Amino acid sequence: MTDAEKTARGAVARRAPGPVRGEDARSGPADAGLDARLVVERGAFRLDVTLSAAPGDVVALLGPNGAGKTTALRALAGLVALTDGHLRLDGAALDRTPPEARPVGVVFQDYLLFPHLTALDNVAFGPRCHGATKAGARALAAEWLERMDLTAHAGAKPRRLSGGQAQRVALARALATRPRLLLLDEPLAALDARTRLDVRAQLRRHLADFEAVAVLVTHDPLDAMVLADRLVVIEDGGIVQEGSPTHVARHPRTDYIAHLVGLNLYRGRAEGHTVRLDAGPAITTSEDLGGPVFVAFPPSAVTLHRDRPTGSSARNLWRCEVAGLETHGDQIRAALTGELALAADLTTVAAAELDLHPGATVWAALKAAETHAYPA
Amino acid sequence: MTSSPPDSPDRPGAADTLTGGPRRRRAPGSGGSRGAPLPLLLPALVGLAFLVLPLVALLVRAPWRSMPDLLTSSEVWQALRLSLVCATAATAVSLVIGVPLAWLLARVEFPGRGVVRALVTLPLVLPPVVGGVALLMALGRNGVVGQWLDAWFGITLPFTTAGVVVAEAFVAMPFLVISVEGTLRAADPRYEEAATTLGASRFTAFRRVTLPLIAPGVAAGAVLAWARALGEFGATITFAGNFPGRTQTMPLAVYLALQSDPEAAIALSLVLLAVSVAVLAGLRDRWMTAS
Repeated sequence: MTDAEKTARGAVARRAPGPVRGEDARSGPADAGLDARLVVERGAFRLDVTLSAAPGDVVALLGPNGAGKTTALRALAGLVALTDGHLRLDGAALDRTPPEARPVGVVFQDYLLFPHLTALDNVAFGPRCHGATKAGARALAAEWLERMDLTAHAGAKPRRLSGGQAQRVALARALATRPRLLLLDEPLAALDARTRLDVRAQLRRHLADFEAVAVLVTHDPLDAMVLADRLVVIEDGGIVQEGSPTHVARHPRTDYIAHLVGLNLYRGRAEGHTVRLDAGPAITTSEDLGGPVFVAFPPSAVTLHRDRPTGSSARNLWRCEVAGLETHGDQIRAALTGELALAADLTTVAAAELDLHPGATVWAALKAAETHAYPA
Repeated sequence: MTSSPPDSPDRPGAADTLTGGPRRRRAPGSGGSRGAPLPLLLPALVGLAFLVLPLVALLVRAPWRSMPDLLTSSEVWQALRLSLVCATAATAVSLVIGVPLAWLLARVEFPGRGVVRALVTLPLVLPPVVGGVALLMALGRNGVVGQWLDAWFGITLPFTTAGVVVAEAFVAMPFLVISVEGTLRAADPRYEEAATTLGASRFTAFRRVTLPLIAPGVAAGAVLAWARALGEFGATITFAGNFPGRTQTMPLAVYLALQSDPEAAIALSLVLLAVSVAVLAGLRDRWMTAS
């Protein structure tokens, strides 16, 4: 499957598996894929998430550290027992199945390649455990390494592999058992920024080729948006939002996501074009809505003025105080408090001209057209 | 593909000449001002002499001329052979049951684990003679278990070569268990998880992943146990007796020879010393460079 096809399929969200994968879909379309409610209680922490995905879907679990993403992944793999809920994969209940008997492959965060085995034997480990002969497992492993462009490194021990190579060996090792569910725990977190770019693109290709369900855990929104068809945002053990990457990025529902995608986010009650915020002033928006809504706008849409602007076309104007300044790429991001707490981006030159410093008073202006309001 | 700055080859070298270099190349005597204070240096030297002097004395008093005759006597070879065979067998027994025991202590949570660990290490501090008596009470012909072994299988352990192996394993196994358990605790249990997700049973994961990973620790534990078994005296003489050719190991032979033929005792001791030095040499990578 090409990337274009993949994207097209991703756009038609959660469509039942098509006849393209017919020969692989052993059970009926209704049963195929993942259907799970994972409840894990550990002390005061409670994870309760419902996940479903069709074969070919790539689902990203996105959330801050400690939200329960990895616990959810470990529950899917069988490394953590479910307190409650269910887990069905292609129609078969897996709740009580030990991890070694689940058709699940895992790429661990730091890969956990067996240090005493070569890359080839690492990949051959799974097929060997599934009953292949030594020679058969090695032949299969060699095929997988070739697919990952790693034939030259087949005889290398893991510590001699670069981060990107180790990641691909880990992926090959997980895929070599032909899992019906592929789990990836922060697959790119161990890589440096430059390698990350390449590996992300490769991983995207391999995930596009993968015909069963893939679930990946990440705290990096970019990884999630590039790799996944669907985002599931987890905070404090529960799902706070799910949807396509574009939808989630455009309509954040929590401060965490808003912060991740770089938006100012507020909750309030709309009456026509005016949204009265739960805490703070009103915002004039372009959308005509009623009832509880979210309002979001990017920091770059805000303009700052030393004196109260006159004759400005901006419908929203607030008197604020600079709480902090930090560089953000080639921009300065100003954190403002006052009538409305918000983040505003401006150029370094503009920041100098405005003589911005913590404690300075500024006027923040925002055009209604730059805001985006949607029902809560 | 350039290496990161901290790894550039010239930097550690430069740091070396600044710190390590001069210390290593310091001229003798010039370090007096920075040397150890006398109240520490004197006892330290006495301590060193205390440990080394007896061994030197052994070499000084060794009957080098009659040595070939002493060492080629059949009793010496018999005792040496028996010692090596029994120590190796005891180590093998310790490996077969000690490594799983270490795994259990390191990897499985169960009530009373602390007590079990204390019981396992007890033979470390128990006087070996007491261990021998205890073994007699358990496995002796009228012992708690021994009477049934005798009645049902006709197996008698005390005062046999097998008894020597049992006594040595009893004393030596804790060394192996402690060493392996420590290595297991330091090893990342997630490798076992990774193996499980690839379809390996817990035993396969242990055999194909964990065991190779902890092999150095197992080897070190085995050498420790072997050395301890080789020198074992108290439990062996109590439980297995002192029959030449059957249960008389080197330490027993040394002790016996000392009463009748001191020269032979020295010669035998030298053999054991040589074996010990060889073991230490074999482990030098592990321990002597550890500092």
